[in-house]
Amino acid sequence: MIKVLQPGLQTTVQDIGRIGHYEVGMPPSGAMDKYAFTTSNLLVGNDENSAVLEITYMGPKLQFEEDAVIAITGGEIPPKINDEPVAMWETLEIKGGDVLSFDFVKGGARVYLAVRGGIDVPVIMESRSTYTLCGIGGLDGRQLQEGDTLAIGNEAKVDVQIGQAIDASLIPTYGKSHEIRVIMGLCSYRLTEESKQKFFDLEWQVTPEANRVGYRFKGERLNFVEREQPFGAGSNPSNVVDLGYPIGSIQVPDGVEPIALLNDAVTGGGYVTIATIISTDLDKMAQIKSGEKVKFISLTIEEALEARKEVKEKLDQIRKQLT
Amino acid sequence: MIRYEYGGDEFIFVELSEEMSLEANFKAMAITNKLKEENLNSIIDICPGNASFMIRFVPEEIHPNEVIEKLKKLEAEVSWEDMTINSRIVDVPIFFEDPWTHEVLMRFRDRHQDPESTDLEYAARINGYDSKEDLIKAMTDSPYLVSMIGFVPGLPWCYQMVPQEKQIEVPKYVRPRTFTPERAFGFGGAFAVIYPVEGAGGYQLFGTAAAPIYEKEQRNKDFKDDMTFPRQGDIFRYRSVTLDEYNAIRKEVEEGTFEYLTKDFSYKPQDVLKDPKAFSEDVIRRLYA
Repeated sequence: MIKVLQPGLQTTVQDIGRIGHYEVGMPPSGAMDKYAFTTSNLLVGNDENSAVLEITYMGPKLQFEEDAVIAITGGEIPPKINDEPVAMWETLEIKGGDVLSFDFVKGGARVYLAVRGGIDVPVIMESRSTYTLCGIGGLDGRQLQEGDTLAIGNEAKVDVQIGQAIDASLIPTYGKSHEIRVIMGLCSYRLTEESKQKFFDLEWQVTPEANRVGYRFKGERLNFVEREQPFGAGSNPSNVVDLGYPIGSIQVPDGVEPIALLNDAVTGGGYVTIATIISTDLDKMAQIKSGEKVKFISLTIEEALEARKEVKEKLDQIRKQLT
Repeated sequence: MIRYEYGGDEFIFVELSEEMSLEANFKAMAITNKLKEENLNSIIDICPGNASFMIRFVPEEIHPNEVIEKLKKLEAEVSWEDMTINSRIVDVPIFFEDPWTHEVLMRFRDRHQDPESTDLEYAARINGYDSKEDLIKAMTDSPYLVSMIGFVPGLPWCYQMVPQEKQIEVPKYVRPRTFTPERAFGFGGAFAVIYPVEGAGGYQLFGTAAAPIYEKEQRNKDFKDDMTFPRQGDIFRYRSVTLDEYNAIRKEVEEGTFEYLTKDFSYKPQDVLKDPKAFSEDVIRRLYA
């Protein structure tokens, strides 16, 4: 068991996500930074989809009540065991009675704590991921609270060696200004040519409204092509007949403050969507903090598939290195 | 013009029409049903929308352009007019002008087009009804097609099965509310919805549904297999109920003995399009037979 002495700002149980239920309006939830998530499980020899803790901005204080093997990956929120700094991206040993805590965030926004065996919570619709808006998954459908206890599962698959570390070249670095790659499309026909250009030219600032549901950006107003609103859409020029929102799509209610829709977002609605963040860069989004700057880069579909392949190859390298 | 668009590297979004119509919805239903029948491992999600649809796939197994080609072919081949839709007719009790949504809509008056009236009074006026009672009658006289599910788990977008000139249309709030009560019955654009859980929202608020459409505890019979109740293609009849009936239904829900009044029903799009009025009357007759 793991006892939660302090919960941190927002710590939730997450796995790869609740996949395949988008049709009924169920968002995937799941770990926001899949690269860091997968690597944390690989480091402790788990099934790659085992549930871990996703820790946001400010880490929790956890007391392990049994010996365990753990790994911490993701942004730089430096971990400590019994107040002694320990490494990230490395297989660690922790003894029964030891306390795991974290220093202030130095870079990125989220870290992943994998425990050999996985975090054991009930499986809801094929996933252990927490979806707080509807109160399902994870521990009672909510983020961790002081006094909670977490059970360790038995999903360990392969043996691991304490002290094995990921090659530095495979560890991402986190700055304060970011380039996020998107594919323009969906209803981008609604934007004027000038506003399309502006979307890519501007440096957008992440507002305080930045969480698992979505990230809202401040910049300049985007304008729409004038039209008589189609039947059923609603009267605002940013309204469309309610439609599905791909994961990572960017909508622009009223032309101001674009919102990137992330893991726990609504699956559809009546606001115009203009672009979609490519799947690999959703990992990068997870490590962006409020106040930081984002520039959107336009990719073609072939470039996006190439980027996807590169990340896959990196993960293959990690798999190979660890077995 | 039909638009085929990339939604990043994992989605294809297809907009059949910018405007809402029963035709566009039936067509989306027909194409997505055909795709479902193929049962492809490379496809993860098939999400029919109101006048559009969306596919999520595994790009390692099928190239996005191949998905588009496939969808274009389906679009060309599908004959949606005479497909058979196996659905349910459902009686959905609504307590109009309830105290809970009233409190909320008054609280967010500054975000509304008309701070001086209620959402229902405003909607009645801009749709040319003499009174809010007349609007309630129009909303409850004819049934609705559940044209899309989403936003949050189980939320049904419902499009009334009446000719376009009889459709009720309202704008969404000027700025969305930060709060909407659970089970609120709302209207936005040409769509009626029930909010499954509390949360943000921008639709006009008219009442509260007595029974849930999402139940994570899965206590009542309609939720035993699924946490969400509505299915695309269902036909909902919204029925105005009194506070007494509302309270009686709430009691059943809490005791776990509630069950929606439903009738299984198969129909073809052409039945609706040919004569919406006769179709509506037939649906309501069957529901309460």
